[in-house]
This record gives sequence, C-alpha cells and structure tokens, in this order.
Amino acid sequence: MQVVDAKRVQEAINQFANQDVYIHLETTNGAYASHYDQTFFSAGAYIRNALVRYELGKITGNGPYRVGLKINIGWIYAEGITHFVIDEQGRLLLAGHDYKGKLAVALEISTTPFE
Amino acid sequence: MEKERHVLVVFPHPDDEAFGVSGTIATYVKNGTPVTYACLTLGEMGRNMGNPPFTNREDLPRIRKKELMEAARVLGIQDLRMMGFRDKTIEFEDENKMTNMVLALIEELNPSLIITFYPGYAVHPDHDATGAAVVRAVGKIPAAARPTLHCVAFSNDCVEKLGEADIINDITPVNDIKLAAIRAHRSQTEQMFADMEEKMKNQDPQILVWINNERFWTYKFTN
Repeated sequence: MQVVDAKRVQEAINQFANQDVYIHLETTNGAYASHYDQTFFSAGAYIRNALVRYELGKITGNGPYRVGLKINIGWIYAEGITHFVIDEQGRLLLAGHDYKGKLAVALEISTTPFE
Repeated sequence: MEKERHVLVVFPHPDDEAFGVSGTIATYVKNGTPVTYACLTLGEMGRNMGNPPFTNREDLPRIRKKELMEAARVLGIQDLRMMGFRDKTIEFEDENKMTNMVLALIEELNPSLIITFYPGYAVHPDHDATGAAVVRAVGKIPAAARPTLHCVAFSNDCVEKLGEADIINDITPVNDIKLAAIRAHRSQTEQMFADMEEKMKNQDPQILVWINNERFWTYKFTN
C-alpha cells in the first residue's frame, strides 16, 4: 500500500462508477481494545461483498481522507483513509492505518466478488 | 507434564498457538506425542500490516497462511489443519455445525488431551466461540471417555472468577522454539518482538515469567 494520492484515487473511483461493484467496508478498534482499556467503548462494523452501483464517488479532505459513494438508493462512506493500492486484480483497496500502523478502516471496490 | 496419546489444539487464529501454548506444544512434540493443530481461520481481519504497511486486507490471509505453516514447522507439528472459517465470524456460525466439526476431529484423532480457549474468559469473541464449541463437543462424549480439556484464559477477571490455573507448564527448556514460533508470525509480531527480545536479553523477570510459564485451567464438566 502507499500513502493516498488523492488524484489517483479519484480517477480509480471514477472508473468503477455506473456499474455493478462489490464493496468491502470495515471499521474496527480491534478485539482487544476494551481488554487493554476498560474505559474504552469498542465499536466496529463490517460488510463484505455488498453488491452496489454508484453514480458518484469522491475522495475529500487533506489526509486522513474521507471517501463517499452515492449509490442508487443510499450512501456508503468511510473516514480516516490514509493508504491505497490498486492491486493486480484491478481492485481499489483503501485503508486507514492508525498512528501505530494498525488498520482502523478499510473500503474496497471490485468488479468481482472478494474471496 | 503427563504423557499423552495424542494432543489436539483448537484455536481460531494463526498466532494463538504461539503466545500461550507453543512451549507446551514443542514439549509434547519432543516427547514424541503426536500433535494436531486445527486452526479455524487465517486471521483475515488482523490489523497489523506493518508500519509503513507492507500488505493489505486482501493479501494478508496469504501471508498469514505462510506464517502459520512456518510456525507449525518450527514447533514440529506434523498435522496442521486449516479449517477454512473466516476471522471474527466464529460466534455467528451455526453452533451445531461448530460442535460437529470438533466432534469429527475428536472421533478421527482420539486425542487424550485437547487444548483450547476457556469460553467466556478469552477476550476475543472468536476465542470464546472456539472454546465453547470444543466444550460442547467434549460434553457430548460420555464422561468416562472424555479427553482432558486444558483451557487458556487471560481475561482481566479470569483468576478472580476461575481461581488460579491448575496447570502451569515450565517450558524454559524449549523457550527458544517458542520465540521462533512467535517470530514466525512476523506480520503480527514483528513490532512487539524487538521489544521482547531486548527484555529477554536483560533477563527482565516479568517477561521471563510470561515466556516460560504456560498456564491452563482444566475444564470441569458438571455432568
């Protein structure tokens, strides 16, 4: 993965617009967050292989970035995005890594289902 | 440590075997006891990707699979089973399916000892759900024929609720193998390992106790 280049990410987002795409979206504090700090309220969400179609997608902010996708009857968004890669399968993988390098958020877009 | 016929280790994540029980596993292997490790997932949801990240969410399972195989090699585990479940989903699987998966392993291998997590005292939902599946499976076997069940617990309240561990294995003779097993899970352990190695060198008493003592609670069935 490399540090987000907003222009390149925006170009990739545009290429996936107006077609069926599979989405992986997750946010997490890790399963141990409340174990190490009992005052910490741990929350997260995860969806894998949501099949959607978006008409408009944007990356915004100055880093960490936010990414929003306007889908046919709703929205998808993620915040805290720091890194990206377009992998060998042509998928756009976006992730947010915290100050220790741990993944905190991921938003991925693919024309084929994730394994 | 008692002589065992066959040891079955059931954990959900690559590296679960490394921290708490790899010295025990290595000791059994050295004594010629067959060890089977059933690892339910490939730790697909791991959060350590390196800093700066050298992998990503989709490629991580491939890396962790290799690390798991390397850890098994280091420990001398001949029979590594990757059970094909997905990280962080074990508690949402069908309970009967999970019970039967463990029962099938028990029927096939006829272990005299099973090592897993203590359900309710193992912090991660996958740990608790894995331990619960093993407890349900062993509970279905008539009491006289049950393998012994040693559970790993490390929740903040485990000693308060369960009492002190009744099994403490001093694994000092094989602690080099244990460190190699931890190191094998490089993607997850590299950052902590440097710190740990330094403490080992300085004979930090806390880290030595943590490394050299592996503690288990024998699960006591009520029926």
